[in-house]
Amino acid sequence: MNKKQKKMLVRILAAFAWLVGLSFAPVEGVLRFLLYLVPYFIIGYDILWKALKGIRNRQVFDENFLMAVATVGAIALALYDQTGDYTEAVAVMLFYQVGELFQSYAVGKSRRNISELMDIRPDYANIEKDGVLEKVDPDEVEVGTVIVVQPGEKVPIDGIVTEGASSLNTSALTGESLPRDVKAGDEIISGCINMTGLLKIRTTKEFGESTVSKILDLVENASSRKSKSEDFISKFARVYTPAVCGAALLLAIVPPLVRMFAMSAAPEWDVWIYRALTFLVISCPCALVISIPLSFFAGIGGASREGVLVKGSNYLETLSQTKIVVFDKTGTLTQGVFEVNAVHHSDMDKAKLIEYAALAESFSTHPISRSLRKAYGKKLDNTRVTDVQEISGNGVIAKVDGREVAAGNEKLMKRLGVDFIPCHSVGTIIHMAVDGQYAGHIVISDVVKPHAAEAIRELKKAGIEKTVMLTGDAKKVAEDVAHRLGVDEVRSELLPADKVEKVEELLKNKPEKAKLAFVGDGINDAPVLRRADIGIAMGAMGSDAAIEAADVVLMDDDPLKISKAIKISRKCLGIVYQNIVFAIGIKLLCLLLGAVGLANMWLAIFADVGVMILAVLNAIRALFVKNL
Amino acid sequence: MKKSYKIDVDCANCANKMEDAANHTAGVKNAVVNFMMLKMNVEFEDGADPKTVMQEVRRNCKKVEDDCEIYC
Repeated sequence: MNKKQKKMLVRILAAFAWLVGLSFAPVEGVLRFLLYLVPYFIIGYDILWKALKGIRNRQVFDENFLMAVATVGAIALALYDQTGDYTEAVAVMLFYQVGELFQSYAVGKSRRNISELMDIRPDYANIEKDGVLEKVDPDEVEVGTVIVVQPGEKVPIDGIVTEGASSLNTSALTGESLPRDVKAGDEIISGCINMTGLLKIRTTKEFGESTVSKILDLVENASSRKSKSEDFISKFARVYTPAVCGAALLLAIVPPLVRMFAMSAAPEWDVWIYRALTFLVISCPCALVISIPLSFFAGIGGASREGVLVKGSNYLETLSQTKIVVFDKTGTLTQGVFEVNAVHHSDMDKAKLIEYAALAESFSTHPISRSLRKAYGKKLDNTRVTDVQEISGNGVIAKVDGREVAAGNEKLMKRLGVDFIPCHSVGTIIHMAVDGQYAGHIVISDVVKPHAAEAIRELKKAGIEKTVMLTGDAKKVAEDVAHRLGVDEVRSELLPADKVEKVEELLKNKPEKAKLAFVGDGINDAPVLRRADIGIAMGAMGSDAAIEAADVVLMDDDPLKISKAIKISRKCLGIVYQNIVFAIGIKLLCLLLGAVGLANMWLAIFADVGVMILAVLNAIRALFVKNL
Repeated sequence: MKKSYKIDVDCANCANKMEDAANHTAGVKNAVVNFMMLKMNVEFEDGADPKTVMQEVRRNCKKVEDDCEIYC
């Protein structure tokens, strides 16, 4: 509690104690009136003062002004009716202040809690100077400086490990609890916690450009992009207060006049004015307004804890309405890492064939040649390779250990006039010829991510109606992957520009309310990410382009996170709608009961404060998303 | 030009009122108040001087909500 809140608490307690004491004191008349004014002013002086200022600034629909009118009116009525019941006015003021206090405490508390959740901001960086570690502001560290990160410390700036090996805890960034190992030469991103060994890191970025700064900036600004629900409620509040005040004015004047002239009955001015004052108490909009931004804030905070960064409340809202999910294949559903799957029709030893292939391709940096090198597993001796001849679009011909090795596709075999056996497997096929003789072929294919099939199933379970996979790969490969994962539709052999076209086609053919999400790895698919209703980039740690283009960023590359993100958004929006309906419903009910005289001011203020407290507590629920 | 200012305000509806007031200030193209982060992001009209505009914004906000502060 801060100073302001403590002071308020003291005022509330003092006024309450005075009020309780007074209810036992048998005082009457003017003395009673004056004694009741004491707690009224203790609890309400600031509101009365602000109400006066409000009048000066012509702010008649100001909460303070409304509360002042309602309570002063109630006191005036008590004087007029000579009931001596001043408790009501003091109590209304008292509970109003209790509500305000609770609200400011709860909001402050969740503000702090959520900021703590996102507490990945490093406070300092260590620089070694003459063998002594010196702590400096990470902002002042220049690119290329070597920083030291001790066990238990956060990595402050992105860079490359130059010395040391350790395990990193990336849970604050990705929600992934398994530690990640790093060694010299590996890239390292800021925000991770170094757990075991001392690391020396050469920075590759400035602090402001580092992952941790980017993420913090993104999450902190997320709640500035307001959702439709927030716009609705603030527009509603703008209309609601004047409308209720207008209704109050009518209620105070019309029924008594009707009674007087049309029914020839006593006008009962005091009864109707009292009901009108009750309306003023109900007309305060804060209970309505507070819970919506709070829900979104908590939802975005909870999501970022799980490694799902949502760039705005509006995106969280759209995400919850997603019905179609479009995937990029490579890097999203598959690992984008090629592996040697099989060797067919080889007369020589399989390992020998792979060795030849790896050597022949040893000068290429293509993913295929990398996967061959990986399959070979040993260090390649380049001196064994001579006369390398790359034939673009066909393959490679090279002399390995003096033997002529050709590795490539069917075209290469035809070109060399070698009889080959076509392969029925799915993937990239490398035919091999050694000394002009066909030597079999190697099947290389992309590996499907371990959770990919489960992720598609989870999406279906979460109510996604259609899943589509877009890929530049061959039809056969694409269909095989789609079939194995259970994706509904496949479009293959697409160029990057075709993907935008396909997404536009899907956007055109879907119902307006169903939103389309595109999931990609952020490489080459930025235009598609932007074009979709929601662009989700995955495995985005350290990829600026992806963070830039996407609306939702998944920090690790587990496709299961997609359904998780959708579930988080659904929960948050569910809470938002509950709060809207609940708060508006209770307010309207109170207005109705107040108009017919069933609700008095006590009920009105209880309803107001109670609704607010419940809505705030409900909003905080949006933070708990771990087990979704 | 866009700038971000720290603000202090107690209630969510007052934050909305401030946003409204800021948006109706000359020289402000668009203003967004983020109640949860207690921040006001202001986009200025071309050629407007942020300092003088913000003084006006502050005055207008004070009119609709006396108990607020913009640190600029």
